[in-house]
Amino acid sequence: MNYSRVPDKEGHFGRFGGKFVPETVMPALKELDEAYQEAKKDKQGFQKELSGYLRDYAGRPTPLFLAKRLTHHLGGTRIYLKREDLAHTGSHKINNTLGQVLLAKKMGKTRIIAETGAGQHGVATATAAAFFGLPCRVYMGEEDMRRQRLNVFRMQLQGAEVIPVTSGTATLKDAINETIRDWVTNIRTTHYVLGSVVGPHPYPVMVRDFQSVIGRETKKQILTSEGRLPGYLIACVGGGSNSMGLFYPFLEDKVELIGVEAGGWGLSTGKHGASLARGTVGVLHGSKSLLLQNEDGQIVATHSLAAGLDYPGVGPEHAYLKETGRARYETVTDKEALEAFELLSRLEGIIPALESAHAVAYVKKIAPKLAKDEIMVINLSGRGDKDVEQAASIISHPEGK
Amino acid sequence: MTRIEEKLYQLRTEGEKAFIAYLTAGYPDLETTRALILELEARGVDVIELGIPFSDPLADGPVIQKSSQWALEKGISSRRVLELVRKVRQKTQIPLVLMGYYNPIFKFGEADFVNVSSDAGVDGLIVVDVPPEEAGQLKAEAERNKLNLIFLLTPVSSEERIRLVCEWSSGFIYCVSYTGVTGGGEKEEEALASLVRKVRTLTATPVEIGFGISSPDDAKRASRIADGIIVGSAIIKEIASHTSHHNLVGRVGEAVEKLVRATKT
Repeated sequence: MNYSRVPDKEGHFGRFGGKFVPETVMPALKELDEAYQEAKKDKQGFQKELSGYLRDYAGRPTPLFLAKRLTHHLGGTRIYLKREDLAHTGSHKINNTLGQVLLAKKMGKTRIIAETGAGQHGVATATAAAFFGLPCRVYMGEEDMRRQRLNVFRMQLQGAEVIPVTSGTATLKDAINETIRDWVTNIRTTHYVLGSVVGPHPYPVMVRDFQSVIGRETKKQILTSEGRLPGYLIACVGGGSNSMGLFYPFLEDKVELIGVEAGGWGLSTGKHGASLARGTVGVLHGSKSLLLQNEDGQIVATHSLAAGLDYPGVGPEHAYLKETGRARYETVTDKEALEAFELLSRLEGIIPALESAHAVAYVKKIAPKLAKDEIMVINLSGRGDKDVEQAASIISHPEGK
Repeated sequence: MTRIEEKLYQLRTEGEKAFIAYLTAGYPDLETTRALILELEARGVDVIELGIPFSDPLADGPVIQKSSQWALEKGISSRRVLELVRKVRQKTQIPLVLMGYYNPIFKFGEADFVNVSSDAGVDGLIVVDVPPEEAGQLKAEAERNKLNLIFLLTPVSSEERIRLVCEWSSGFIYCVSYTGVTGGGEKEEEALASLVRKVRTLTATPVEIGFGISSPDDAKRASRIADGIIVGSAIIKEIASHTSHHNLVGRVGEAVEKLVRATKT
């Protein structure tokens, strides 16, 4: 299959994607699409400028690290970690926010807004806005603000205004609703830095492209160190930006792509964030994809220990990769993710974000069954400093959630 | 002709402005919504726009959001809204427009939804998050069932989009009176007037303006610009402040009548 043929001009990946937005947003999406297409072609200008920032400011390329003790612990399959946790601000989110805020600046926008779940995207947006000297407002669910206090302070420290969202379930999906409301009201002056491969076209494509630097570097690095491509790429999936960024440059290669969703308390409990495993087709936040919804088409509350995976939808390209069979999607529970969080910390001296710990947890399940000469790459999408407080309270009070 | 078209053309012939009232179905409960529809008709409202509650109403301001959340918590679903329409249709011939978000309609099945709506006595449909680009099937189903499919325009709409919406919208064209979500913010009256003038050069379809009209004075000014006005948040606010009042329906009716009078004179 030729994956470069999707999406079409209106952003459809097969039956997924598209632009399902209020009329007010349509002109802004067109303006963004045109500006982005131009920036994409502008190798000597935009692309070169962005690569410079990614190198000198964000610290790219990030290392591809052979986790020897984890490899040994899990039976010998060679496990590499793509160290996005070492990128500036502590996660892969900076790849996208530097790209989008630079684009906003070129478009003459004077104000930046963003949603955030775990706070990583909010921090990365606040950072990019500070870097380019633009005012920034971040919407964050009240529940998430409580879970991720450190990130709230990091955003404020960088001059961003953090607005608590209390509507609906007071988590990521409601923060997106609120950011769209702001955007609709201030559409002429404001650019909305959406943090994942979700939303209306061109966001899923644009965010994927900005994050593809992860996969491009990984490919080069693994060929240098191993002289061949890995058998498996594994990444966690909430909205799906870190996984899409890793997978995309490998779509045409003979590499197995595995996305790991939030199994929460277990799929049978209904308390999870596994929209690919358990979702049905629907439209949320501007695109058609797989959603966790009820019979009446109302979006249901999700659950994950990892705020960044606590989202009832998923990027349309993931839905397409699932449907075409190009990628497969698995789930791990909160408990398994927490065990992986501790395991990686102990064995490698790397504290992963709880989101990324989901990918590690899945590798923990399958690596022992694989041959020793097999190569796997885990996208370690973020560092776990933000989660330490939450993890500590659960580890010391295991009867809590 | 649908009831909407009949009513709006008749008003235009008589030189009168239209008053369209928005109600969130099931707020505070379905029986009250039914009573409100009849009450508002008696107070001179020309068209009722009935909102189908959705969990993620991203184009609505806080007032309508809260009313939707309330209705959902009381178990209101698209099917129950359609039952309400069927019931109220036995008592009145007032034009009824359903307004909602796409996902509940998609989940219901576009064809089924339009069929059942038409059969229940719905005259038109506004789907806030479906622009013409994604409305192919809905449009075909609506035409087959002789239902108006109504689209929105805003002062930021380009010439190209104004043409597109004028081509696609039937029944009326819904112009939002400021760049924003419902229920607040300052108006951009001149930008709006200029939008309406552009629309008039392209189509004879009636133009109704909405979003942010809350006082009789607003209603009077806004109605001069277009064929009529749509009032939402102000009515929901009125309901919200009388939810425990024994005569909620009458109180809301009185408030709406003041707005209707301002529009008609």
